[in-house]
Parts: sequence; structure tokens; C-alpha cells
Amino acid sequence: MDKLAFDIAHLLAGSLLLVSFLMIYQDRLFSLLRFFALHAVVLSLSVAWQAYVQDAPFLYITAAIALFFKGLIIPAALQKIVRRLEIHREVEQVVGIGITMLAGIGLTALSIILMLRVTANADSFAREDMAFALAVILLGLLMMVTRRNAVSQVVGFMSLENGLILAAAGAKGMPLVVEISVAFSVLIAFIVIGVFLFRIRERFDTVDVGALDQFRGDQK
Amino acid sequence: MSALWDILWSNPVLFIVGVPFVAAFVLAALPGYKLASRVNMAASLLALVAAITLLFGERPAPSSFFLIDELNTVFIVLNTFVGFTAASFSASYIGHELDEGRLTPTYLRFYHAMYQLMMFGMNLALVTNNIGLMWVAIELATLSTVLMVGIYRTEAALEAAWKYFILGSVGIALALFGTILVYLAAEPVLGEGNGAMIWTNLLANAGQFDPALLNLAFIFLLLGYGTKIGLAPLHAWLPDAHAEGPTPISAVLSGLLLNVALYAVLRFKMLMTANPEALAPGPLMVVLGLVSLIFASFMLYRRRDIKRLFAYSSIEHMGIIVFAFGMGGPLANFAGLLHMVMHSLGKSAIFFSVGHIAQIKGSQRIADIRGLTQSHPVLGWSLAAGVLAIAGLPPFGVFMSEFLVVTSTFARAPALALLLVFGILLAMGALLLRLTGFLFGEPSGSLKPVQGSMLPVFAHMSIVLVAGVYLPGPLVAWFQAVARLLG
Repeated sequence: MDKLAFDIAHLLAGSLLLVSFLMIYQDRLFSLLRFFALHAVVLSLSVAWQAYVQDAPFLYITAAIALFFKGLIIPAALQKIVRRLEIHREVEQVVGIGITMLAGIGLTALSIILMLRVTANADSFAREDMAFALAVILLGLLMMVTRRNAVSQVVGFMSLENGLILAAAGAKGMPLVVEISVAFSVLIAFIVIGVFLFRIRERFDTVDVGALDQFRGDQK
Repeated sequence: MSALWDILWSNPVLFIVGVPFVAAFVLAALPGYKLASRVNMAASLLALVAAITLLFGERPAPSSFFLIDELNTVFIVLNTFVGFTAASFSASYIGHELDEGRLTPTYLRFYHAMYQLMMFGMNLALVTNNIGLMWVAIELATLSTVLMVGIYRTEAALEAAWKYFILGSVGIALALFGTILVYLAAEPVLGEGNGAMIWTNLLANAGQFDPALLNLAFIFLLLGYGTKIGLAPLHAWLPDAHAEGPTPISAVLSGLLLNVALYAVLRFKMLMTANPEALAPGPLMVVLGLVSLIFASFMLYRRRDIKRLFAYSSIEHMGIIVFAFGMGGPLANFAGLLHMVMHSLGKSAIFFSVGHIAQIKGSQRIADIRGLTQSHPVLGWSLAAGVLAIAGLPPFGVFMSEFLVVTSTFARAPALALLLVFGILLAMGALLLRLTGFLFGEPSGSLKPVQGSMLPVFAHMSIVLVAGVYLPGPLVAWFQAVARLLG
């Protein structure tokens, strides 16, 4: 049973990492959003499995938040925003996808080597989980720096945050996981609804793509 | 009911976090900015009074929620004091923004509510004993400032808020990962659950934690919270956020929020030093501090916007402070703490003056601000006093603290001290160069008189001046106790 439980946790965390790689590979905004929804679903399965294995019922709440909020509501809302604001459907990359993928592989190797070495004394459950989680976090960061467009930066941030939730769920008996996932959801909701929709709509009534481009955070 | 009152009165901490929390909701419901700005001041004053009672009488014992010791008392008193003076400055400042049409009454209501929410977040981060809750509180404070930075809704303000949000979120995410790693290190020793997140428990048992995990955790925490301190190369959000938000928020960002992030780093540094096998946190902080100091000093020369100028000066000073705490030892810690207090007071006083200047001139461009001593003598000389103080000239308190940092470094690492002195002199040159431009020459732009109150500026500057001439004995003893605590 224990072996099986470990294998399933391993499989789910590994799938999350795989979906992170798939997200880096996307160059269309809509497919990126779909893969993000998948990311959230895999996360919610992974957290639910941790809840079952650790016998920690409160983690089911975190899993449910991941499934409904990040798997359904946020991707749908972002799709709507992209349609309504007529944002570029293509994801602008700072560097080519090939180089980004190579960097991603390097970061994954780094995080696995680092975490497995550092957590030599921790139990194997937490070890593997933390290694995958760190890789997902670093890939999220990579996505935020290699994408120009604000929507994909938000998606990058959310995938980074999924990695954090995976790490928090993997740390056995960690308190405040639910509160932290709620806090993150509030943060994201605030940003997506508030800054994005409300402020930008109000300011750029003409929905000028050029104006939106200037709003990207990476220019002086 | 009376039992509830007894609990409230017995513990000032509940007021320190409770008053801003309640005030945020009251202010969200209050129409009319005049009343709201007064309520904002009153709430800040109440929190300040509660913080001052911490200095007298018995300290509440550490519980699983709250911890009050010498270290955070300094931060709490400073935080609530500048919170109050900035609220009074804001009361005399923000009406003008309404007249100019830069803000609408609805946004002003939002602004006041966010101000108290931010104070709540910062105060909670300072008093809490739980490292998870501390993280949540700092996130809350950051989020509320992000919204205030973008409140003018100009393109530049939105871009600044966006940059601040993205970089701040990355920082906060790294800090959370560090917090999780600390929990993982503590869990085998302290057992599962809340106990392994309580800072006093962590400190008592830090010697038994796995040093490798603790090292990795500290690196994440230093980078994460270091982003909020504004350490180079993670500082990119700071100048934009300072320049584009309302000036009271620039003052609070520089004077308080950076300190709160620094406080978090110091708490984790104490954990690291309590474990003899873990990496020494000092050298990392020394390097980051020096890099920030020298980088920011060079950047000071190229600024065109007055608020950006002083934002870079904040990066420079946070560099000095982190450097001092990184050196460690009783003298350097004492100097770092004193420098932090002096910088908070001096820099927020400068921002108060700059706020009035920008309103009079209708511009933040350095080229548009000339001849202040002729057109507005009081304002001009107040700004001069602030800039001279922050540049580190005697007789102000910053001179004393910088002098202490430099001398304590010379005794232990002369090469580092040379770099430090180089950075400080470089920054001083840039600030004095700009200051002569502000003060002298033909007055430019509008000559209308100062509308707001200069009292907050005078209050801050007189403390900085007195501290440079004479430090009261009890204060020295208190700061020395903190310096010993920091190790």
C-alpha cells in the first residue's frame, strides 16, 4: 500500500511538472489557458491524494479550490478578457521556445539535484514532492520572464503558485495550507478582476492593443 | 462583555492590530474625505498610543499568536509613529489631489481604507509569532500598497503597479517556499502542526534542525523578502512604485514597508545563527547590502524625477542597513538599528516635503524645481535639512549611525569599509549636487504658498536632529539589548 501510495503521489507530481513543460511550449494564448486549466486539475488531484494519504481532510478544501477556482473560473475569466480586450492571441516570447525549453530542463535538473541532496534526512514522500515542486516553481518563474504579454505573465505566476501549493501540501501536517491557498486565490482574483478588467477597461476605452503593449511590465 | 474589555485592556497588541483592521472597514463605509482623513488620523494615533504602552509596564508573554520582545518593539513603535505622521500629512495633502481632479471621492474612500489595511498588515507581520502568519501579513500589506500605487490610473501608474505586483509576487512566492522549507526542517524535531511554525519554538530548537535544509530556506527567504527590502538586483519595482503612487504612500513605502521585510529577514537570521552548523547568514547579507549601496549610489546621478531620486536613495540606505546587520556583533547591529530608525524618519520627512513641492510646481521633474529658498523658504530649508541628514552630514542622527557602521567595519574588515565609504560618499555627492539645484537659482514654476501642514516634517526632523546630538540613556540601553538579541 505504502509503495503504491508513494508511486501515485510521484506520478501526479511528475505530471504537474510535465504540464508545466507543455505550458512553456505553447505559443497561443488560448491553448496556454487550456493547459493551465489542466495544470490546476492535476494539482488538485495531487493535493487530494496527499489529503488521503496523510489523512488530512482540510487538504481536500485546497484541492477543491484548485479544481474549481483555478481549473474552471480563472481560465474562463481570462479567456473572456482576452476576447473582449482583443489582446494578441499569440504569446510573444523574449527568447525562442527551444532555448526556453533547454533552460527549463536545466532548472528541473538543478532543483532535483539540489532538493534530493538537501533533504537527505527527510522522508522520501516529502523529498520527491519538494523536488518536483521547486522545479514547477522555477518553470513558473521562467515563464514570467520569457513572456512579454501580461496574461501569460499572470498564467506563469499562477503555475508558480501551483508549485507552492504542491510543496505546502507535501510538507506533512503543515498548518495554514488552506489559508495560504485562499490568500493566493484572493490575490489572483483581485489582480485578474481588479487591475485587469476594471482598470484597463476604464483607462483604455478604445481597447487599443498598442496601449496595452505599453502597459507590459518590462519596459522603462 | 466586561470580560472582553478586560482582555482588550490587558493586551495592547490587540489594539495595535485591531484598530487598523476595524478602521479599514469603517473608512470603506465613510463618505466624505474630510471626515475620512480625520478618522484615518485618529485610528493611526490610537495604534501609536497602544504601541507606546508597550514601552511601559509588563510585556505580554509570548503566545502562539503574538510575540513582543525588544526587537519588534522598536519596529512597532516606529511603524505606528510614521503611520500616524504620514496619515496627518496625507490629510493635508490629499484634498489637493481631489481639487486637481487627479482622484475622485470614491477612489479617495478606497485609498483611506487601503491605508489602514496596509497598517494592519504591517503591524500584524511585526507582532505575530507564527512565520506562516507573518508571510500572509506581508502579502496583505504588499497587495494593499500595489492598489494604492496604481490609484492615479495614469499609464505610468498602472505600469508601476503592475511591475510592483509581478516582482512583489515573485518575492513573496520565494519567501513562502523558504517558509515551507523552515517548516520541513523543524517538523522532525517539533512534530507536525502549528508548533513547528511558532518562531519562539523554532529559535529554542534551531540547534537540532537539519542545517542543509535551513541553509536552502534562508537563501529563499533572503531573496524573497530581499525583493521587498529593495535590494539590488531585485529592486526594479521600487523606484517606479515610489514615483507613481501618491506621495504619502511613497513615504510609507520607504519608511515602513521596507523595514517590515527587513524585520522578517532578521528573524530568520536569528534562527540561522542559533544553529552552529548552518551557513553563516552574515556574508550573504554583506554582499547584497554592498551591491545595493554602490549600485544605487551610481544610479542617483542619472535621475530626472525627484521621487525616483529619493527612491534610489532608499535602496542605498537599505543597503547600508542590511550590510550593518550582516556584519553583526553588538556595535554593527546597534548602528544598523539606529540607521534604520533615522532613515525611516528622515526619508519620510523628505517625501512629505517633496509632496508639497510637487503639488506647488505641478511636476516631479528635477529640472522644474529651482530656487526654493527664495520662493518657499520654510519648505526649501526643510527639504535641505532632510537631504543633508540623509546624505549623512553632521549634526543629524544619520551621520552618527553611518559613522558607527563605518568605524565598526574598519576594525574588522578594512577592505569592506573602504567600499562602504566609497558608496556613502558617492551618494552624498549626488544628493548635494541635486540639492543645490533645488534650493538656489531663479525660482521656477508656480509660486503659490504651501497649503498643507509642515508639522509632520518638523516632528521627524527634530527627532533626527536630537538623535544626532544626544541619545537618551534608556534608548541606548534598549537598542543595545536588541543588538545583543540579534547576535
